[in-house]
Amino acid sequence: MWNVLYVMWVRQIKRYWRSKARIIGSIGQPLLFLLAMGFGLGPVFERAGKGNYITFLAPGVMGQAILFMAIFNGVELIWDRQFGFLKETLVAPVPRFQIVLGRVLGGATIATLQGLIVFVLTLFVGFKPQNLLLLPLAVVLMFLIALFYTSLGTAIASLMEDFHGFQLIMNFLVMPTFFLSGALFPLESAPSVLKSISRVNPLTYGVDGLREIFSGVIQIDLANNTLLLTICSLLLLMICSYLFSKIEA
Amino acid sequence: MGEENNLKKVIVIKNLTKKFNDFTAVDKISFDVGEGEVFAFLGPNGAGKTTTIRILTTLLRPTNGDVRINGFDPLYQQDEVRESFGIVFQDSSLDEELTAKENMDFHGVLYKIPNDIREKRVQDLLETVDLWDRKDAFVKTFSGGMRRRLEIARALLHHPKIFFMDEPTLGLDAQTRNKIWERILELNHKYKTTIFFTTHYLEEAEKMAGRIAIIDKGRIVALGSVDELKNQTNTSTLEEAYLSLTGKDIRDENLSSLERMRMHLRNRRKR
Ligand SMILES: Nc1ncnc2c1ncn2[C@@H]1O[C@H](COP(=O)(O)OP(=O)(O)OP(=O)(O)O)[C@@H](O)[C@H]1O
Ligand SMILES: [Mg+2]
Repeated sequence: MWNVLYVMWVRQIKRYWRSKARIIGSIGQPLLFLLAMGFGLGPVFERAGKGNYITFLAPGVMGQAILFMAIFNGVELIWDRQFGFLKETLVAPVPRFQIVLGRVLGGATIATLQGLIVFVLTLFVGFKPQNLLLLPLAVVLMFLIALFYTSLGTAIASLMEDFHGFQLIMNFLVMPTFFLSGALFPLESAPSVLKSISRVNPLTYGVDGLREIFSGVIQIDLANNTLLLTICSLLLLMICSYLFSKIEA
Repeated sequence: MGEENNLKKVIVIKNLTKKFNDFTAVDKISFDVGEGEVFAFLGPNGAGKTTTIRILTTLLRPTNGDVRINGFDPLYQQDEVRESFGIVFQDSSLDEELTAKENMDFHGVLYKIPNDIREKRVQDLLETVDLWDRKDAFVKTFSGGMRRRLEIARALLHHPKIFFMDEPTLGLDAQTRNKIWERILELNHKYKTTIFFTTHYLEEAEKMAGRIAIIDKGRIVALGSVDELKNQTNTSTLEEAYLSLTGKDIRDENLSSLERMRMHLRNRRKR
């Protein structure tokens, strides 16, 4: 079983590492958010008395980078289907659950790395985490976010035959998830509908958790949020594994 | 047809039907293939060959009917079935972002081949298909023929008991085809590997296959050795027999298969 997980995992990593365009492209977007929002909105934010905007924004952009990369890695399954490689894994004498688990772990690892890369970027635009000793905790949380959204992407991709649905996912799932997570701006004064959506949005808890960790003041709700995210991730992983096992090709 | 009765049957198909909505792609077909047979599955485009193979190899659920692969049921004993066969799909199934050797190694791990044996076999097989010196090149840099050769090598890596090939030699030159068939027949003799293949080259079917099934519009229209098919149809060549059974000239089919392959490659390059 470990060998299978390992080769599936390594394959994802290799594909990521070899596609330099993808690495650079996936750094560009968070960087844009950091610079445009950070310098554009920062003064407004601070004048409104909400404190330092970069401190608020940096964990949000890490969450954004993880979200996008994780969903993309999950949805990459459609590419494998289209280009035929999926069949090679579907006829292998290995439980499908192992195949999909290896895949998801690989995708989640890459998305976590992405989060870390963005973390480093934020340091350059003036982000000051209070306690660097808490970084491992942040990595755990990043991985949970990554696991959740890679599973989600994979689950959706298991149901799709071709690329046509991809834009749909981006517009109706990824973008709203991102904007309604409080990653870019606080949702305290948003209409209650939006607030309720943000409350059932796992990314909200992920980003909140990251903010807390980087602020250096850990409260009890971090444990709750982490537990919640863990449970959601595992649940989704199970759904994803079930859907994957039903794929016909 | 009496001979195969003595053989252990490794492929058993009974009243197999597959419908896509109201379209019947495979219509109540039944036949057996014995251990160690070389069996050709012929038919015009859209006849249902690939659909049948997808069902036999656990990729697709049948609408009706019963199948046994090496004694196992593809619906309920998937792992046992999957361990029993190797397959070359009609369309490419390689990871283009990996090298030739990485594709082989990946397969070796999925099929639990011990590392030392795997290393030896990978080299041996890649040499057979003339790809050893390109082993570290990315598959995306390979030509259509090279990809095909790599896929055949990969499918043989775990010494499958049953070897499915869906138009394996399409687009390969005669010399490569001969070399690959030599290797396949060697496995067939040495390990009694059962070979189940589709092709649009009738001379390939005639030369290699002990028995041939001809499928048209989802139904088996004839089954037997080349001589039996000729006798049944009162013709003197397999080509004429095929024409009389399906009403289609295989040469037109060949053209369209080649066209399809070209299109396939063109689409691939677009990426
Ligand atoms: N997923 C699907 N949905 C609907 N129809 C399908 C599907 N897969 C196959 N078919 C149809 O089933 C029929 C048989 O297709 P199949 O691929 O088995 O033909 P084939 O004998 O392999 O032909 P070829 O020689 O062109 O490869 C075709 O008419 C095809 O359009
Ligand atoms: Mg076909």
